[in-house]
Amino acid sequence: MFDDFLVRAMLAGIGVALAAAPLGCFVIWRRMAYFGDATAHSAVLGIALSLTLSAPLFLGVLVVCLLMAIMVSSLTGRGFAMDTLLGVASHSSLAIGLVAVSFLSGVRIDLMAYLFGDILAVGPKDLMLIWGGALIVLGLIAWRWPGLLLSTLNSDLALSCGFKPKQEQLILTISLAIVVAVAIKVVGVLLIAAMLIVPAATARTFSSTPEMMAVIAACLGTFCSVSGLQISYLMDTPTGPTIVCVGAFLFILTNLVFRIRR
Amino acid sequence: MLIECDNLSIYLGQRKVLSNINLSVESQEILTILGPNGSGKTTLFKTLIGALQPSSGVLKKKPGLKIGYVPQRLHIDETLPMTVKRFMNLPGGHSQSTVASALSHAGVPELDKQQIMGLSGGQFQRVLLARALLGAPDLLLLDEATQGLDHRGTAEFYRQIANVRAHLKCAIVMISHELHVVMRQTDRVICLNGHICCQGKPETVRGSPEYHALFGLDSESEAALYLHQGHRSHTQAERVSDV
Repeated sequence: MFDDFLVRAMLAGIGVALAAAPLGCFVIWRRMAYFGDATAHSAVLGIALSLTLSAPLFLGVLVVCLLMAIMVSSLTGRGFAMDTLLGVASHSSLAIGLVAVSFLSGVRIDLMAYLFGDILAVGPKDLMLIWGGALIVLGLIAWRWPGLLLSTLNSDLALSCGFKPKQEQLILTISLAIVVAVAIKVVGVLLIAAMLIVPAATARTFSSTPEMMAVIAACLGTFCSVSGLQISYLMDTPTGPTIVCVGAFLFILTNLVFRIRR
Repeated sequence: MLIECDNLSIYLGQRKVLSNINLSVESQEILTILGPNGSGKTTLFKTLIGALQPSSGVLKKKPGLKIGYVPQRLHIDETLPMTVKRFMNLPGGHSQSTVASALSHAGVPELDKQQIMGLSGGQFQRVLLARALLGAPDLLLLDEATQGLDHRGTAEFYRQIANVRAHLKCAIVMISHELHVVMRQTDRVICLNGHICCQGKPETVRGSPEYHALFGLDSESEAALYLHQGHRSHTQAERVSDV
């Protein structure tokens, strides 16, 4: 069954959607959308690095994303606003990454595959990596759920209940780096933020509790991956962007229906 | 004694925010901390709940002391869906009946299914109070809990606080800058301005020169100022109509 590239692609899409959706809820609640984007952009630098050192792609991306995320969080508040820092870091890391990739003359690189993903080329080994990463992220979030949620609400409230908001922030940062590293193959650097945000934003309309929002977002993300893959197969469109298009369409549709019914 | 600060000093970065704070809270007393903006009231509170470590001095707590904390103005992002019931049970572990009784002690038993976003300021403050009451605390800390409430809402909130003490037998420490409002509800007042300027019974503090030096105006001259401003804008309006 795993021999079929379409089955593998579908499983890869589901894995990424399941991990990205609950994490995406936190990205929305904490207003970290731009942070997710910057972390994803820095992945290009990670790709260049791992190609240069002929290290595994996953590892290079993970390390660079982590460094980037930690650097931005620790520099914030020291004379720069978060969004200024992110604006600088996000686009310069993308630019530096693209320049660095161009120096690698020995290997021919399909840059489009990294920028927009190449889900149909997911191999059995990639699939293991994607599901391994996704399960780690889901496990981390489920394990720390009360602390993460309370720190998101109010850090003083969290401290008074014995949680450490800085530690919870670090857990989100690590999860974000892992999701970016596993999602590159599926939707590519430029559209990872969409996988995080679009299903979660759509789920907000139907949810009355945070748990409900996370579960609905995971279901929506899965639906987008599966149907996006089929549409792209039928219509011969690029898969990653098609998945995101389905998500965007659902977001607009649900919001329109809700507005009209009110 | 529930909690005691012994010669406590706190630096935030290079700045000394609090110096040589000596204070203790006895069981079942209501203590009000007064002070102008930037006087270190919130810093003191954060130290009491353990969010900040004292730079020098000792903070002693009665073993097993349970603290309930009502934060200053809590902003909940509208992207985060949250019912009152779920908020009360975060981080969790409280039975439905505990949650229901905390909500009724705070005077809002009917709100449990509502979205936090849809609550009025006064309702939300009471939900925060209810949440702080969940663990049956020995000590309740309120950080400017009535900020943003109108006069009636504030008076009602303080009445609720007095009720809570009567029923739950806990000590209460609150930050406020309205001595004339909290006068009747408080046993002891501390004036803070980086250090403790004066303390004692509310009547004593109100008469002390340190209190007047800190706040300048008492409530009577505040009222006079308000009347004066009202008068001025009136004459300005007249002048406009003349032109």
